[in-house]
Amino acid sequence: MISRSEALETNKMISEENLDVRTITMGINLLDCADSEPNKLCDKIYDKITESAENLVKTGDEIAAEYGIPVVNKRISVTPVALVANGHSQETCVKIAKTLDRAAINVGVNFIGGYSALVQKGSTKSDVNLVRSIPEALSSTERVCSSVNVGSSRNGINMNAIKKMGEIVKEMAYLTRNEGSMACAKFVVFCNAVEDNPFMAGAFHGVGERDRVINVGVSGPGVVKHALQSVREADFETLCETVKRTAFKITRAGQLVAQEASKRLDVPFGIIDLSLAPTPAIGDSIAEIFNEMGLEAAGAPGTTAALAILNDNVKKGGLMASSYVGGLSGAFIPVSEDHGMIEAVRNGALTLEKLEAMTCVCSVGLDMIAVPGDTSAATISGIIADEMAIGMINNKTTAVRIIPAYGKKVGESVEFGGLLGTAPVMPVNGYSCERFIRRGGRIPAPVHSFKN
Amino acid sequence: MRGIITVLGKDRVGIIAKVCSYLANEEINILDISQTIVGGFFNMMMIVDLSDNTHKFEAVSKSLKGIGEELGLEIKLQREDIFNNMHRI
Repeated sequence: MISRSEALETNKMISEENLDVRTITMGINLLDCADSEPNKLCDKIYDKITESAENLVKTGDEIAAEYGIPVVNKRISVTPVALVANGHSQETCVKIAKTLDRAAINVGVNFIGGYSALVQKGSTKSDVNLVRSIPEALSSTERVCSSVNVGSSRNGINMNAIKKMGEIVKEMAYLTRNEGSMACAKFVVFCNAVEDNPFMAGAFHGVGERDRVINVGVSGPGVVKHALQSVREADFETLCETVKRTAFKITRAGQLVAQEASKRLDVPFGIIDLSLAPTPAIGDSIAEIFNEMGLEAAGAPGTTAALAILNDNVKKGGLMASSYVGGLSGAFIPVSEDHGMIEAVRNGALTLEKLEAMTCVCSVGLDMIAVPGDTSAATISGIIADEMAIGMINNKTTAVRIIPAYGKKVGESVEFGGLLGTAPVMPVNGYSCERFIRRGGRIPAPVHSFKN
Repeated sequence: MRGIITVLGKDRVGIIAKVCSYLANEEINILDISQTIVGGFFNMMMIVDLSDNTHKFEAVSKSLKGIGEELGLEIKLQREDIFNNMHRI
């Protein structure tokens, strides 16, 4: 039987240490909505989403109330729209984005992901149309999130697509210049994108998935930090054990919520994503965990090692706590969503180059990074190419969510509000990569992809 | 289904009486009580049987919260599974 101290420990994690279930994301297959007539296609999409997710928000809230653990976000991911919109024009793609937005507002979810294309090896006509439509789609909708997979360990990297990514990121920044170039915060470029990621902005419902599925993202950087406070002077063995034990408990709570949501919604349970996702709230920060481990600030020498320890032990602890682990599963290091990271950037402790190194040992990549508005499209493509290369060579998912904040310079900040937080504008290496990016073509698959 | 009621706050006369009489009125059976006071701070955990009251969970939870506010305490009702899952393999 549960003891009083155990009940107290759980409730303290929730009320004082920001333990929550970060998201219940319903994946919905839209391939069966295909239609050659644009209006019919949009109607089918709208109906499928609103019918499937009718009770998603209500169920999430009910579970939160009964178990006493907050379920922060309820979200939807859909089949990559480039596949659903096969054969359709760029205009129809935008129309679909607006339909997704309306459906999201109707069912009350705060984000809907899957306005996506998978072009790691090349683009179909429909991929090209979708990618071209992304700036307009994201600047004319509120809740739609978009992603493009431009590389994989199996296929190499599509450099034509990367060149285009730099251009559309710049275009989006301009189109939403009055809102801090907000559209860029809803767009991710991936290498080795996963098909069951519940986290935004990169969630989409993969083609290997069932018709509908429930994926859950757990969180709890604050809980890990508090646990580490009690072992402040201990060695690395104790440090790792503490992270593992804490991750186990956090994940078990997530697993319970996922199973309950799956049962109540009558939608199969997919995976738990074991990610430590920070929020801008004090005490819910990955950077604070680094401080607790013994680093003066995020970015100090030792940060990559600290992140590797954290990431590895969250997985070790979480794996046994869930029947199916998937998604991105690792610590996130978004700059704008973590007050400790923001502070480290402002103090000059954390640079873009150090963040790039950190992305080698965690999920996912350069996330929510604001750079000066006059950064060229080629430079953005170069930053993306570097990150994709890390993912391709190391067989891991990497991503870039970068905001060239229109009209802003280093030292200024962009305010997004809510979970997206505040992004300090970071300096970028000023040397040009223009000629490199202009080459175009495809980087061949790396040697270690030939495993057969 | 079993629920766990936790009560936290400054000790005063009649906390247990008030919670228990409410539960009796609602015909909710108490299966276990454990309580302690450290430095004037009251900490109680009750395990209650809610198998006949599933439909009323939200209402009971709200009423208990209300009683807590009246007494200057924090009273929570949660389903037992969350604690079992986090602390037992």
